[in-house]
Amino acid sequence: MTDPAIDLAGLTFAWPAQPPLLDIPSLRVARGERVLLQGPSGSGKSTLLGLLGGVLAPRSGRIALLGTDLAGLSMAARDRFRADHIGIVFQQFNLLPFLSALENVTLACRFSARRTQRAGNAAAEARRLIAALGLDPDALGTRSARELSVGQQQRVAAARALIGAPEIVIADEPTSALDADARDAFLALLFAECARAGTSLLFVSHDAALAPLFERSVRLADINHGTALPA
Amino acid sequence: MTLLPLAWKSLVNRRFAALLTVATIALSVALLLGVQRVRDQARQSFASTVSGTDLIVGARSGPVNLLLYSIFHIGDATNNVSFASYRQIAAWPEVEWAVPLSLGDSHRGFRVVGTNANFFQHYRYGAKHALEFAAGAPFADVYDAVIGAQVADKLGYGVGENIVLAHGLGALAEQHADKPFRVVGVLAPTGTPVDASVFVGLDAVEALHADWQSGMRLPGSEISADAARRLDLTPKAITAFLLGLKSRGASFALQRRIDDFRDEPLLAIIPGVALQQLWGLVGVAENALLVVSALVVLAGLLGMLTALVTTLNERRREMAVLRALGAHPRVVFGLLALEALLLTLCGAALGVALLYAGLVLGRGFAQAHYGLQLMLDAPGARELVLLGAVCCGGLVAGAIPGWFAYRRALADGLSVRI
Repeated sequence: MTDPAIDLAGLTFAWPAQPPLLDIPSLRVARGERVLLQGPSGSGKSTLLGLLGGVLAPRSGRIALLGTDLAGLSMAARDRFRADHIGIVFQQFNLLPFLSALENVTLACRFSARRTQRAGNAAAEARRLIAALGLDPDALGTRSARELSVGQQQRVAAARALIGAPEIVIADEPTSALDADARDAFLALLFAECARAGTSLLFVSHDAALAPLFERSVRLADINHGTALPA
Repeated sequence: MTLLPLAWKSLVNRRFAALLTVATIALSVALLLGVQRVRDQARQSFASTVSGTDLIVGARSGPVNLLLYSIFHIGDATNNVSFASYRQIAAWPEVEWAVPLSLGDSHRGFRVVGTNANFFQHYRYGAKHALEFAAGAPFADVYDAVIGAQVADKLGYGVGENIVLAHGLGALAEQHADKPFRVVGVLAPTGTPVDASVFVGLDAVEALHADWQSGMRLPGSEISADAARRLDLTPKAITAFLLGLKSRGASFALQRRIDDFRDEPLLAIIPGVALQQLWGLVGVAENALLVVSALVVLAGLLGMLTALVTTLNERRREMAVLRALGAHPRVVFGLLALEALLLTLCGAALGVALLYAGLVLGRGFAQAHYGLQLMLDAPGARELVLLGAVCCGGLVAGAIPGWFAYRRALADGLSVRI
């Protein structure tokens, strides 16, 4: 348990025929730590997300998650690693519209035997998480995802990222579509669930006002020496 | 196991478009199988119409023409065969039996066939089935008639019914009202043109036309039905005749002898050979029909492809979510291929259901108007091959959007740039 949750070293990345977008000498997130990664849009946040998720491969450098070097894994193994250890929340459109809220949450278990096992009874755990995130599983659980409000959808997405207690949750501007009250409530519930499972949280946002809520805040511009264009 | 419910729910979510696609595929599959089935059954029904006859003999014309007018009552003879030639050939030692046929009259749209008792004894259809009487017996008197099952059914006739024959085939044909016939026998159904025929003796045909010449009734010289009985009713000519040989092997030799017959120009055909010639003629049209229906299936699959490809853009987020959850791009590919397969399978199943529904609804019409018997058999090997080909086509069509999605899933990664 001594390996950090996220450990980047000497990471560089460029899209084909473009100057390096990311050049990050070092970034670490300890286990259980909640970090805000702050940066304007266009600063390479989404690309960094793809690198951490193992969907993109860096040009050089090392990405180690939970002590595992992603470069040493095949594409299929990276997919499996992501399914087992990482929960992801997008800015919006997190849910499959044709599934119910509960089905969307348990969908995470379909791709990971480990998380299925850790969740115990997946359906019951999904209900618990939805309730813990402030939604009524009886009223909303069986509703199709498209019938939920944006705020409700983001909570369901958070529940899906948290089910089966993955070690890392990466959130990409999950609150940008919410108003300030809803945002603060959402964050409080997310933090509580992360703390409960000992999950590390890397929260990406352009919103500097969130910084006081986190244990640590990092500006992407400070750690990135690449030529990311300001938006 | 993970994919199937996902693919299914995704389709149900887009059920209107999915139903349209399924309907398109179902219609095209029903058309393809229907063309195939009607063609097979038409061939089968034609082939089963003459199963025991070795040679058909008529005036010299074309083989297909002779086959069509003598057996299937399609078209008309251009010339007659003299009764003397018939008698001479029927007496040849190789000949086991001969059945004369005299056509030209009708009864309410059904053909009248002048023949003799040999017909009921020797005519064979299907797997060498003999004719059977549902009621009554063969004709004995001059003015007796035997009717086919369909005639009895359509016109509501039974044994004892009095009927009047008409000269010629048209609706306005002049009636032989002076010489009414009595129905003495009703044949059991055979699924051949026999069902739609009225059988009378050759002597009856002669009696009907005793006071006719060159297709016209001779004015002022009418001969009553009873007076006609006293005339010599041996016909001078018949339309064609069927021959059964003692040995089938003699067919070709005898055919040549009849073709070279000195006294008048005759033509002998072997039914199977003439049928093959007929299929040769019809085959081009049949194949064209089959190609067109195959193209309709292709159009159906292309429609599905279009429907799937147009959803790809709006489904990019869906794919990104699946990728974020750890789905390999293969899963994304499989999801689309599976959807296409589901659509095709549903379409094919519905198409088969449509085919049978169509057969149930249309078989009465086909039987009544074309004498074509459509069977409700289980799909045959060829039909299963066609269905398999359609499903493979669906899978291939699904692989295309699957491949697009796969490529996009790799390129998009986890961020959706929409």
